Amino acid sequence: MIYRENGQFKTSYRADQQIFPITQDRTAIAALLLFAVVGVPLLADEYLFRAILIPFLILALAALGLNILVGYCGQISLGTGAFMAVGAYAAYNFFVRIQGMPLIVALLLGGLCATVVGVLFGIPSLRIKGLYLAVATLAAQFFTDWAFLRISWFTNNSSSGSVSVSNLSFLGLPISSPLSKYLFCLAILVVFAWLAKNLVRGHIGREWMAIRDMDVAAAVIGIRPVYAKLTAFAVSSFIVGVAGGLWGFVHLGSWEPAAFSIDRSFQLLFMIIIGGLGSITGAFFGAAFIVILPIFLNRALPALGDLIGVEISTAAVAHSELMIFGALIVFFLIVEPHGLARLWSTAKEKMRLWPFPH
Amino acid sequence: MGFFLETVIGGLMSGMLYSLVALGFVLIFKASGVFNFAQGAMVLFAALAMARFSEWLPALLGIDNKVLGNLLAFAGAMVLMVVVAWLIERLVLSKLVNQEGITLLMATLGIAYFLDGFGQTLFGSAIYKIDVGLPKDPMFLLQNVFEGGVLVNKEDLYAAGIAATLVVVLSLFFQYTSTGRALRAVADDHQAAQSIGIPLNRIWVIVWSVAGFVALVAGIIWGSKLGVQFSLSLVALKALPVVILGGLTSVPGAIIGGLIIGVGEKVSEVYLGPTLGGGIEIWFGYVLVLFVLLVRPQGLFGEKIIDRV
Repeated sequence: MIYRENGQFKTSYRADQQIFPITQDRTAIAALLLFAVVGVPLLADEYLFRAILIPFLILALAALGLNILVGYCGQISLGTGAFMAVGAYAAYNFFVRIQGMPLIVALLLGGLCATVVGVLFGIPSLRIKGLYLAVATLAAQFFTDWAFLRISWFTNNSSSGSVSVSNLSFLGLPISSPLSKYLFCLAILVVFAWLAKNLVRGHIGREWMAIRDMDVAAAVIGIRPVYAKLTAFAVSSFIVGVAGGLWGFVHLGSWEPAAFSIDRSFQLLFMIIIGGLGSITGAFFGAAFIVILPIFLNRALPALGDLIGVEISTAAVAHSELMIFGALIVFFLIVEPHGLARLWSTAKEKMRLWPFPH
Repeated sequence: MGFFLETVIGGLMSGMLYSLVALGFVLIFKASGVFNFAQGAMVLFAALAMARFSEWLPALLGIDNKVLGNLLAFAGAMVLMVVVAWLIERLVLSKLVNQEGITLLMATLGIAYFLDGFGQTLFGSAIYKIDVGLPKDPMFLLQNVFEGGVLVNKEDLYAAGIAATLVVVLSLFFQYTSTGRALRAVADDHQAAQSIGIPLNRIWVIVWSVAGFVALVAGIIWGSKLGVQFSLSLVALKALPVVILGGLTSVPGAIIGGLIIGVGEKVSEVYLGPTLGGGIEIWFGYVLVLFVLLVRPQGLFGEKIIDRV
């Protein structure tokens, strides 16, 4: 009843092609944004910012980037952590080596470097497909892990191998409090989500999807696989690189290559699978799920143990976390292989007809 | 020259060990089209079971004989792996029939997480020893040809022997038994196999059990070399380039791929490592695979991939 689009007539192409053609969607998104900018800072405390909200925003951005590659263009990548690392370390080098480099420019330049590396490792995708490609992208992962650990030029010759940044600011405003970090990440995420949404519904997004659905057929109808695949790699690695920069600069502050290990790649892949492949909303759902679940389990399991009078050790919590995590992933894949985003759109379909389903 | 030979032999030995893990991947991929990321977790799980059973079972039954204890532990661990295989088929695979490759891949990653957690909950997470009596002392070969001879680790030699035997046994099993023939039929075409009355579910349980058996053997050998601990499940990451290099569908490919990567890793580490900064073993296999794939996208021995619209 509430969620209905009938009666909303479009009288111009412009109105017909906007991102959210339904008024209710527009108001909902506006309300959500307003809540994120005004409501959350009023409600959240420092722990919430540091442990959940900032990681959620940054990982959602990375998942968004990965989803363009895997979900829209169908090229499985297990090297996301590598592209994040390239983004972070390149941004670090620009930031530290060039005096007075603004933070946002450093992050974007980091993203550009990640793009170059992404395209380089994307070239094999022109010949290699599917699982073979997935393993080939692992080469990127292990190679960058090694490079940032062993080649001291990348870490500005720091003796411990870890790098750190300080005095972050944006347009003269310092980014040091959790709130300012949160708002900074939120702003970047919103801009990139908007860009990504427009890209995937434009002609280039359609090319990606055609390649994903069947690359030979797409090539036959005149889509250039080289162009489509490499642009997907480029756009995806750019976003992932910026997310990597944010992860290092804003979330961690100081980091070593282990922050972008293969576990990170798997984690991001889980996010888009659970969230929903080939959907922008999916990246958000997946990131929220994967960020919150371990924290929730970490809290809930000892509490549960107290309830039934069993002391649960930290090791046992860590192990059951692994178990529950694994089981949930399998469960989700069985129940809804298309992810949370599909559940969400099913719910929306139901809402359109409610309460008269016929 | 002696040193070079030593490096090559060392590489061949470790390559054989990679092939052992890679074999598990190939078996499951051939028969069910699932790229089984959980192989490493299965190796860890099997090794943990073996290590703990060889402590528990003799104590429980009051047996003092080490060989008998180990045999019992092996049987126990094998039963456990069959149960795991059955559960995986029942709870996961049978529900995900006809899903895309990436969904199945993710499901096996979920299984890997679960097995890692479950194994350590069940058997504890300390470092355990497996002692099946593999000799640890090094030996020297060809002492009269080179000065000082060529140092070979006896344990590695035994391990390579076991791996080679396993490969021969598996090849015979696949080639000459009726179950093996059924397995190959399923690998070729699920639907055709089913239509002539081969029970798919049972075949999958068998394949995962065989993969569990391979994981158990790999776990015992790796475990007695390195000790049984969590890092054992990471050997899967070492075996991945081996599988891809040899071709996902080829058993001999897994062996030859393992040997190539084993030797390549060791030789490059010794001769290129100092100039590049060391530790290049980590990525050597992957980068090598990347270049081989550019020439042969299906790996060295994989079936040719034909695109149809």
